Amino acid sequence: MHTTVLLILILPLALAAFNGLMGLFVPAYRKNEWLIGGLGTLAVAIPFVLTVKLFLGFHGEAEVVHFFTWMAAGDLQIEFAYRIDQLSLVMTLVVTGVGALIHLYSIGYMHGDSGYWRFFAYLNLFIFAMLNLVLAENLLVLFLGWEGVGLCSYLLIGFWYTDLKNSAAANKAFIVNRIGDFAFLLAMFVIFAVVTGKTDGAFGLDFTTLLAPETLGLFGAGTLLAVALLFFVGATGKSAQIPLFVWLPDAMAGPTPVSALIHAATMVTSGLYLLARLSPMVLMAPTAMTIIAIVGALTAIMAATIAITQNDIKRVLAYSTVSQLGYMFLAAGVGAYFVAIFHVMTHAFFKACLFLGSGSVIHGMHEVEHELEHKGFLGSHGKSEEEDPLMAVELPYEGKFDAQDMRTMGGLKRFMPLTRWTFLIATLAIAGIPPLAGFFSKDEILFKAFELGYNGHVWSYFVWIIGLVTAVLTAIYMTRAYLLTFEGTPRWPDAMDTKPHESPWTMTVPLVVLAALSVVGGFVGLPAVLGGSEIHHFLVHDGHGPVAEPHHEFHVPVAIEWGLLFLGLAIAAGGVLFAWFVIRWGSRGPEADTSVKRFFGPLYGTFSRKYSVDEIYQKWVVNPVVNSARKIFAPFDESAVDGAVNGVAKLVQGIALRLRGIQTGVVQHYALALVLGVVVVLALMLLG
Amino acid sequence: MYDFLLPDMGATAPILLVALIGVVLVVVDSFSNDSASIPWLSGAVLVAAITIELARVGVTDSAFMGHVMSGGFASFVNVVILLGALGSVILSVPYLSRTGHNFGEVHALILIATAGMMVLANAGSLITLFVGLETMSICLYVLTGLVRDNERANESALKYFLLGAFSTGFFLYGIALLYGATGTMMLSDMPAALVETGRTGFFAGGVALLLIGFFFKVSAVPFHMWTPDVYQGAPTTLAGFMSTASKTAAFAALILVLGRILPLDDVGLDTRHVLAIVAAITMVVGNVLALAQRNIKRMLAYSSIAHAGYILTGLAAGALGYAGALYYLLAYTVMNIGAFGVMSVLEWDGKQGAEQTIDSLAGIGSRKPLLGVAMGVFMFALSGFPPLAGFFGKYFVFAAAVDAGLTWLALIGVLASVVSAYYYLRVLVAFWMKKPEDAHVSVQSAAFDVPLFSKVVLVACVAALIALGIVPGFITEAAGAFFVTPEATALLP
Repeated sequence: MHTTVLLILILPLALAAFNGLMGLFVPAYRKNEWLIGGLGTLAVAIPFVLTVKLFLGFHGEAEVVHFFTWMAAGDLQIEFAYRIDQLSLVMTLVVTGVGALIHLYSIGYMHGDSGYWRFFAYLNLFIFAMLNLVLAENLLVLFLGWEGVGLCSYLLIGFWYTDLKNSAAANKAFIVNRIGDFAFLLAMFVIFAVVTGKTDGAFGLDFTTLLAPETLGLFGAGTLLAVALLFFVGATGKSAQIPLFVWLPDAMAGPTPVSALIHAATMVTSGLYLLARLSPMVLMAPTAMTIIAIVGALTAIMAATIAITQNDIKRVLAYSTVSQLGYMFLAAGVGAYFVAIFHVMTHAFFKACLFLGSGSVIHGMHEVEHELEHKGFLGSHGKSEEEDPLMAVELPYEGKFDAQDMRTMGGLKRFMPLTRWTFLIATLAIAGIPPLAGFFSKDEILFKAFELGYNGHVWSYFVWIIGLVTAVLTAIYMTRAYLLTFEGTPRWPDAMDTKPHESPWTMTVPLVVLAALSVVGGFVGLPAVLGGSEIHHFLVHDGHGPVAEPHHEFHVPVAIEWGLLFLGLAIAAGGVLFAWFVIRWGSRGPEADTSVKRFFGPLYGTFSRKYSVDEIYQKWVVNPVVNSARKIFAPFDESAVDGAVNGVAKLVQGIALRLRGIQTGVVQHYALALVLGVVVVLALMLLG
Repeated sequence: MYDFLLPDMGATAPILLVALIGVVLVVVDSFSNDSASIPWLSGAVLVAAITIELARVGVTDSAFMGHVMSGGFASFVNVVILLGALGSVILSVPYLSRTGHNFGEVHALILIATAGMMVLANAGSLITLFVGLETMSICLYVLTGLVRDNERANESALKYFLLGAFSTGFFLYGIALLYGATGTMMLSDMPAALVETGRTGFFAGGVALLLIGFFFKVSAVPFHMWTPDVYQGAPTTLAGFMSTASKTAAFAALILVLGRILPLDDVGLDTRHVLAIVAAITMVVGNVLALAQRNIKRMLAYSSIAHAGYILTGLAAGALGYAGALYYLLAYTVMNIGAFGVMSVLEWDGKQGAEQTIDSLAGIGSRKPLLGVAMGVFMFALSGFPPLAGFFGKYFVFAAAVDAGLTWLALIGVLASVVSAYYYLRVLVAFWMKKPEDAHVSVQSAAFDVPLFSKVVLVACVAALIALGIVPGFITEAAGAFFVTPEATALLP
């Protein structure tokens, strides 16, 4: 156990260091793409195999693996310890499993990039940090991972840092996350202040002590609400919820495997993991739960409405991720933490598949772009479009050719069949078509919201309705993305002679595996009427598992349960069919957007402007902060603070220069000082 | 009748081995002109000694009828001393050949000095204490004056010798008084013997004089005056050796003396206030004077004085602070070997180090990034930034002082280390933020390429500082086991 956990953790770190240092100091090493990528992939695949071994040998009893004491000061004693239980095993399986596939995919996707070694070093470091996050036994080690994934996310969003836009996106992600991290820190401080001194021995913010009923009893209702909300604010940063979701769409500036791994499958779900881990605590703060559910629902519908207006394929998926994360928070807020984790898992499968599929598409479109450039259609080859007006091509949007814009795609199913089929499967999965994975997890979320409403919490019906509307929207915008990309006819310039090709096997194998998982992944969480949920049994374990759930007095009658099941099915299928056959994005192309525009009227503008959240933040938050820093704090710092510091420094320096005179260099003086010392020491010993 | 010798020799094998090879090297050096094998030999014997000592940190033993300790505490300290010696040997080879002073006797002297240090640090009686001290000191005097054609080196060697002899006088006199008071040379027999004879006045005088000898060796204020001159005049890598290994040995011996012949509470004697006052003066004077230095070797000399003050703070806390002090010695050895190592690579004739000021090193960081980054780590570690080892060293000794009721001392220590950040970071400012145009052209062009072995040592030091900072528990747990008082173990993680 000890060794296995150590290996799981240390392999990604070791290979991150190896690839990073070798790449940094041995320029010749950078050329060995297969070696770098192979080692990087193995560093995640081997931990996956080890985790499977742990999983198969797991007998339901949580185990804590202790490595060493990290820091000890007074009543605080932080251990480097990791926790193996149902929740951490599920998360570790997802992180290493999906992580390994995405590493494999990156071997092909990043081919030829000058920062190949850097990419794999960062990616492995990310896995290390993420494993710390999900395996941690105490809040501080979890926070170490939490900050670590934030750092890696920053590094990878800004991976192509020569483009200032990417660096800005990286900064945005980092700064917005800091706000959440600050709340996380405050929550830890509060917990420490409440608990310390009241437990046996030193307190190390460890989950075993913290989540014990006796410890939870130490918290007053107000404190508990504060802690739960602070953790939730932390989670909104990392998991991109209102009000801190703005960084995630911009984070698409990073390479696509990064978007799939970090900004869809793993890191962004860590907020959910945190809430699930602390579920016994959060459940005791019902007000916080309501807030979480409502924020989640609002995020879900807001992001879904934005997604329907986007033309950049990765941005659609980004907003879709925000929306799905909102679903998961909705689930957490209605007390269905296990469903949140279930949806984390299924979402990891189909969203990673979608992102990797979009990466494959972009890969192909880049090929088109290069060919067009080569033929001179894009006015390159040193000539601007003005110089060479004949060759300039009209694009359906302003600016230069964009390999990610769906308006210049279309008809790709002929060129990239594997990508197309996997993308279609994942699209149907996320839309919620049975028996694909998304159907079961989404249906369970909606059912749990309904169940809570049925038990007298009327607000939960409101949440449930928002969830239903979002489900329709999800089915529509995902079908739109699929249709615009793969169906219809090619819309890029010179489409007759310029053809993309299917991606190499390193990229398609992960797609196929993830698509397969998107098909079967849902069966671990069948609804009660179809035989009951394995994952519920595993995670909750009749109240003995790590994930808590509220007690419901009334059970929803079986008839209604069946009804809800069919309602979910009808909504998903209706959305897909509506987009496919009524709006007909496939045959009409981007033209079809006008139908949506007409339907929503002026609201459509609000959606496509993304509710102007960025502008509002700029005007009401960023500008005031920057201005006050410039006008108030900078002068204060320069005159008052620096003045005091420099004054003290001058004083000490003056003393030093005076004292220096003692050091004459004459050995007799030295001896004299020594004798003086002798007298003092003797006097102190004999008389003192 | 000599059948007891064999196990005794086994128990002290590392010391004997190092001394033996030291003597062999003298012979080899006189009969052969080929000195290329000498560094390898001395490096190999040091590695062998480290391996042996590491293998028996867990078992405590003694040899030669209790005159020499082995295993446990002794092994731990020996490893630190040997590591210091090994680092210095590796760094010295390119440095000395570059400066034209690659004499075979350097290695012989280093090895014999190392053997002396180990004897000093493993002493079970006053005799071995003195023999070790003198063996070490005489070798160091010679090493200081290694560059015979340099006046400054000669001057500093002579100063060191004169003052060293002077202080040894006190030390020896202290031994005489202690023997007179108790009638025994064995450290561990002393408390009982003292109670029997009741000559506490004699005894206190003896302890005071013994302490003076130690204060001189660890360069505590006001016994420190030789330090800046000697470190500035000595070859840089050897100054690093002196500042680390010899201090470790002296501090280890001091811990042995304090731990064995004290507690003197039974007889109403206390050394804690002496140690505390000397520690306070040492920290303040060392740090403040370091501020005024332009020459980096001199600055490092004052810095090493200041660090002696921090370690004395740990010792003033009594048994609570010993384990922290041992951790500190290890951390200090690593960071100081590294800092002197970087400086040694930035010299090329063996004399410039005495004259190089902070300005002449402007912009060297971007010219030689490895040196720049390594120096950054060493400076941050020396000033005690977490998560590097220097931080935890300070934390352990200051926490022990607070627990022992010496909060005022810890406060002085913390304030003094704030001051230290200024002069440590000034080096980094010169390294990274100044333009090379401001510096002497000669430094920029002549600073030699960093040899592979020097790189390895510097990178190892950096890695060790980070590792020791992340997992301080391994060392403090090992060190804490040597002092099994209940309070001491309660404090340690």
